[in-house]
Amino acid sequence: MMNRRTLLLAGLAMPALSRHGFAADPIRIGMTQPLTGAVAASGNYVANGAKIAVEVLNAAGGVLGRPIELVLEDNKSNPREAVAAAEKLVLRDKVPVLIGAWSSTFTLAIMPKLIEYKVPMIVETSSAARITTSGNPWVFRIAPTSEMEAVAFAELLGKFDPPIRKIDFLSVNNDFGRGAAEKFSAALGAKGIRIGRTETMTPEATDLAAQITALRQSDGDTVFLTTGVEQQTLALRQAVEQRLGKRIVTTGGSFPDQLLANPLPPGNTSYHILFYAPWFPERAPHPQIAERYTAEWNKKGWEFAGLTEGFRGYDAVLTVAVAIKLAGKPEAEAIRAALWKVKLAGVNGDISFAKEGPAGQESGQNKPNVSVVTLSEGKTGLL
Amino acid sequence: MDQALQHLVNGTVLGGTYALLGIGLTLVFGVMRVVNFTHGELYAFGAYMTYAGVSLLGLNFYLSLALATLLGMALGASIEWLLLRPMRKADIDSVMLVMIGAALVLQNGEMWAWGGVAKLIPNPFPGTPLVVGPVSVMPLRLFVLVVSAALLLGFWLLLDRTRIGMAMRATFQDPETAALMGVRIGWVNTATFAIGSGLAAAAGALLGPVFMVSPTMGDLVGLKAFAIVILGGLGSLPGATIGGFALGFVEEFAGGFVSTEYRDAFGFLLIILILAVRPQGLVPAKERIG
Repeated sequence: MMNRRTLLLAGLAMPALSRHGFAADPIRIGMTQPLTGAVAASGNYVANGAKIAVEVLNAAGGVLGRPIELVLEDNKSNPREAVAAAEKLVLRDKVPVLIGAWSSTFTLAIMPKLIEYKVPMIVETSSAARITTSGNPWVFRIAPTSEMEAVAFAELLGKFDPPIRKIDFLSVNNDFGRGAAEKFSAALGAKGIRIGRTETMTPEATDLAAQITALRQSDGDTVFLTTGVEQQTLALRQAVEQRLGKRIVTTGGSFPDQLLANPLPPGNTSYHILFYAPWFPERAPHPQIAERYTAEWNKKGWEFAGLTEGFRGYDAVLTVAVAIKLAGKPEAEAIRAALWKVKLAGVNGDISFAKEGPAGQESGQNKPNVSVVTLSEGKTGLL
Repeated sequence: MDQALQHLVNGTVLGGTYALLGIGLTLVFGVMRVVNFTHGELYAFGAYMTYAGVSLLGLNFYLSLALATLLGMALGASIEWLLLRPMRKADIDSVMLVMIGAALVLQNGEMWAWGGVAKLIPNPFPGTPLVVGPVSVMPLRLFVLVVSAALLLGFWLLLDRTRIGMAMRATFQDPETAALMGVRIGWVNTATFAIGSGLAAAAGALLGPVFMVSPTMGDLVGLKAFAIVILGGLGSLPGATIGGFALGFVEEFAGGFVSTEYRDAFGFLLIILILAVRPQGLVPAKERIG
């Protein structure tokens, strides 16, 4: 077990330990995110977090005496485009390491290419279990799986009043949404909570009235909502319209920030499982790192609530930088080997990788932290 | 029963917006024989112009809706003038390619201008639903339904009671004979494309505040509009209206009572079934042949 103080020092001092002076070419880090399309809000936030991390690293002298360059490709919220973006980054831009690709569906689409081109990828957001259990040794995930999220949430059940007794699901119809419904059913079912209906929606759907009307027929008291920011916002608004009358808990770490400026009517409180709550940086596992990240973000004038997802990009770039430093050279195989030795303090908490998946083909999985934020009348609170 | 009533209300609201989407597309096809792939982008354009009016310029919500519609008409007229008029003698495939290109340019222009992150349009309606017995509906949605009905009625009056409407109908039935009778076909085409575009922009302006505004919002809408037009009968205005409501009800009831997982699939299954029985669509357009 690593000493907490050592970790913190490593995270804070890592950029400063690098040599100054950028005589050599930059080290390129490839990143693909959904910058446009159905889940563009989240993708842009993650990309912004990564850009900040690159600036922080370069201001402190870069890595191995070379500046870091982030090569960002839009996957257009589409798995085919995600594959094209990854191939472009590896083949044309010659990046030795990737970060991506937000949605589990996009990440799963890219994964065979990692084996083909022998390039490691830091998975910053995707939560489907298969990503780290399918036997892809080039995958290192810093995001929690849906199962980790569900198990962590199950520990907080006592904080809900009235208590959660029966749950339903409204999930986007892809690996992310279906995976979350399955894992939350298992984790909460094990705690004696009854499982009701599961309604699904396509990622592009805007009218969710049929789904919400159907959920109204269930006698469940809580609906778990799993999708991107845009559909979260739509679902929460349309739940008011359809008088759903149930507690809504969003999963996956996204936050419907537009509801801060355009709040739901009084009496509607939603719950959001997040991996960083920027309203309360002092409650983060490493407050200094969280505050530095938050301050850099705010300096840019970006939307404050984007911090909830931006940290993924920030932590992912820091992780890659530590791995390159440990590898001693920006080469794919060396970085992959070094990723197993990475230990650093990130915004979400301590980052290191444990082995998951079939022997000899293991992927790396970090164990992140989880918190639940409430949103009521445009104001946030920590559960 | 309560659930069925709620689905009925939801289906009516959804069908009204689908009808508005379909009618602009079918008008352009009926009169000009142009498959307007920019329809979904004009819808997005209307939504963005409303967002710009309300959120950036601080204009009145209703004024922003009207301005967005007028700007949509102006954009449509420009597309007709710049792209379609020079291609009047070209074959339908070439025109389709040009329109696909125009749609891509418009969508990428929106991404460039507004970024990829979706935006919410503030509106002056209360955030709590109107409740009548077991059903509820947002005042904003009712407003959209009423304005959609008014636009459909106004559009029907324009076609049926005005000179330009008569000229459009004549051009639709037989362009060459209409030209011989003194109808200025070029002008009719510009007006038709502008009106069709205005209807798409109006739909976007109305639905932007209901949903969210993003550069790709026109993709699914464009697909749905084509489905509605094919379902109703290509070029048929009553067909687009009926097709819009049919699709709205099928999606809503099948989604609510069978499976939300296949909600969109049910809509397209309906289209396949109807086209298998009536290949000309529900209400085929009347047109002179030969």
